[in-house]
Amino acid sequence: MTARGTVVMALDRCKGCGLCVPVCRPGALEMTDERNAKGYVLPQLLDGCTGCRACAEVCPDFVFEVYRFDIGPAELTGSMMEVVE
Amino acid sequence: MTLVLREGYDAIAAAAVDCGCRFFSGYPMLPFTGLLDSFARELPRTGGVLIQADTEIEGANMALGAAATGARAATGSTGQGIALMQETIAEAALNELPLVVFNVARGQQDYFQATRGGGWGDYRTITLAPASVVEAAELTTLAFELADEWMTPVILYADHMIGFTQMTIEQRPADAVKPAPEKPWKLDGRSGGTGRSKVIWTWRQGKHNTPGPGPNLHWQNVAEKYELAQREARHVARDVDDAEVVVVSFGTTAAFVDYVVDELRADGHRIGTFRPVTLWPFPSDALGEIVLGDACKVVLVHELNAGQMIDDVRLAVEGAKPVHAIGGVSQDESGMRQGDLLQIDIIRTRLLDAMTGSTR
Amino acid sequence: MTDVDLTGARRVATFAPDLLQSTEHHLCPGCGHPVAWRLLVEVLAELELVDRSIGVVGHGCYTQIITIADVEFLQCLHGRAPAVATGVKRMLPEHAIYTIQGDGDMVSEGLAEVLHAAARGESITCLMLNNGVFGDTGGQMTAATTVGQRTKTDLGGRTAAEHGHPIDVPEIVASFPGVAYVARGAVDKPNAVARTRRYLREAFASQLAGEGFSLVEVLTMCPTGWAVPTDQGAQYQRDQMNPTFPIGELRPRRPSAVAAPQDA
Repeated sequence: MTARGTVVMALDRCKGCGLCVPVCRPGALEMTDERNAKGYVLPQLLDGCTGCRACAEVCPDFVFEVYRFDIGPAELTGSMMEVVE
Repeated sequence: MTLVLREGYDAIAAAAVDCGCRFFSGYPMLPFTGLLDSFARELPRTGGVLIQADTEIEGANMALGAAATGARAATGSTGQGIALMQETIAEAALNELPLVVFNVARGQQDYFQATRGGGWGDYRTITLAPASVVEAAELTTLAFELADEWMTPVILYADHMIGFTQMTIEQRPADAVKPAPEKPWKLDGRSGGTGRSKVIWTWRQGKHNTPGPGPNLHWQNVAEKYELAQREARHVARDVDDAEVVVVSFGTTAAFVDYVVDELRADGHRIGTFRPVTLWPFPSDALGEIVLGDACKVVLVHELNAGQMIDDVRLAVEGAKPVHAIGGVSQDESGMRQGDLLQIDIIRTRLLDAMTGSTR
Repeated sequence: MTDVDLTGARRVATFAPDLLQSTEHHLCPGCGHPVAWRLLVEVLAELELVDRSIGVVGHGCYTQIITIADVEFLQCLHGRAPAVATGVKRMLPEHAIYTIQGDGDMVSEGLAEVLHAAARGESITCLMLNNGVFGDTGGQMTAATTVGQRTKTDLGGRTAAEHGHPIDVPEIVASFPGVAYVARGAVDKPNAVARTRRYLREAFASQLAGEGFSLVEVLTMCPTGWAVPTDQGAQYQRDQMNPTFPIGELRPRRPSAVAAPQDA
């Protein structure tokens, strides 16, 4: 387990604005070259999600559903403790 | 039967409050101001709300908001201020909201404004034009009833003379007033969260769950509604059955015309009068039937403006008989009310000249 | 939808509030309005106002909320919402009555209406979504466009000499005696979103407590109107708008205040 949280993304309605990327503190989101049926580029989730909901808070298109795994610190691997500014 | 002596302003405000008007907003302008003052005195007795708005546009919009909750609401001004309210009146029409608008006019020059409207879109405003204080009180009640029945703004075209004249009127008992109809369309918050919440919008596109007709179909429906509302046309015709000359006039001017025509009748002239009570819908069918009859030879129009109602008279007559204007722009020195063309001597001279064929 | 293993997971954020009948809207990529919409319906639900509130909505891109939010709305003429809301509130004094307007709607066309409603201490909550442009008409300047901001009608950028300065309505009304609560928020980053949610909650609470007029301005990104890439909208707002329109509570609630002008 390398993540404390995860997201489910409704990418069919994403408009590729990219606002989610900079607000993700662990840097777990990046934009790809993939496009949805509307033609917008899409984000993908990398390792390190903490389930903090920042992406859901700022997304104008209701793309994110956010989950936490509620695991204790002992179960985390070392890379989880790095926070990307 | 209780008779009371009432000034026009008070008679109108009392009639409005008696039939359930709970909200009035307006901005001072002579001669409308007297009506604003009267509402300020009348509304508190039933717990209604008066707001003196800070502009005419504000006043009209406040009344529109009150009307959207289902309350009987009204606003008013004088023609120049009604001009500022045009967009709001059109908005109420296309929202299908009942809204009574009192024009206490500076005379007869607002006929086009009332009947053609200066707002946007395909709408009409039912317009009632009383000729006296007594009729103004009656038509005030009718205005609220028609506004609710047809879900539309209704204009009551009063004037300086009605406002300031005192007349004896019959005080109607409270139960003589018909109760207001149910308004299932009104906003009261309660449909929120049901999945079928309401929205009032001139574009009427509705909501995701409850799509509306959209602007095209909605505006067609509204236009059709006004076609049906033509049946609300009202008029008063006097001595027209054998009249060679039919004189058409509206509002307080008509009282003076009737006085002169009665004298001419007594002198043996075959003359009668036609007064539209509804400026819109103009009683075209009734006028047409009278004028196209065998007796009528000519139609004379006496209105104190450059010729506004005469357009509707001509449309009703459809060229079948000659139509002549005998009125004209006429204000008194203050500019606040009709002027010399109300004088019965002048009216008599103009009618006789027209009847003997001499041109003005 | 992405394929995710949710074994042992606890959901901490849903896609959208239940009060939105749809999550599809026509607003541009990177627009801040939908985030403000979401905060509004979250607060209405939280304060149990869903079935006793009416929103009076002006003309702008944000107007589309009336087609998807499951609460009652009255769409009104540009700028006139505070006057219309006044008529609604006087007939339904126990309801939560609010306006949703843009900066073009409130600060340009409707300046008289909002100032008079504030001066009357009218018990309504006015919301202004401020992006410094008339977005719906394609991106022209408004009375709230900031100095240096370029729009279609000030192609060289707004200058004080040619166009004057923007008007800050919250700062003006915060000084009126009958005004109970004024704040300015934003939706450019998560903590701004959280603060704005709190400001909206305070504003409605002050209305329900009968304290007087409340107003919340929310800075919302408009990368289309600002001609910036969508992922730079948030930073552009912080650089260009925040200095002129600072975030915060300009008039905090004073719960003991009654909705009538006091002798100052």
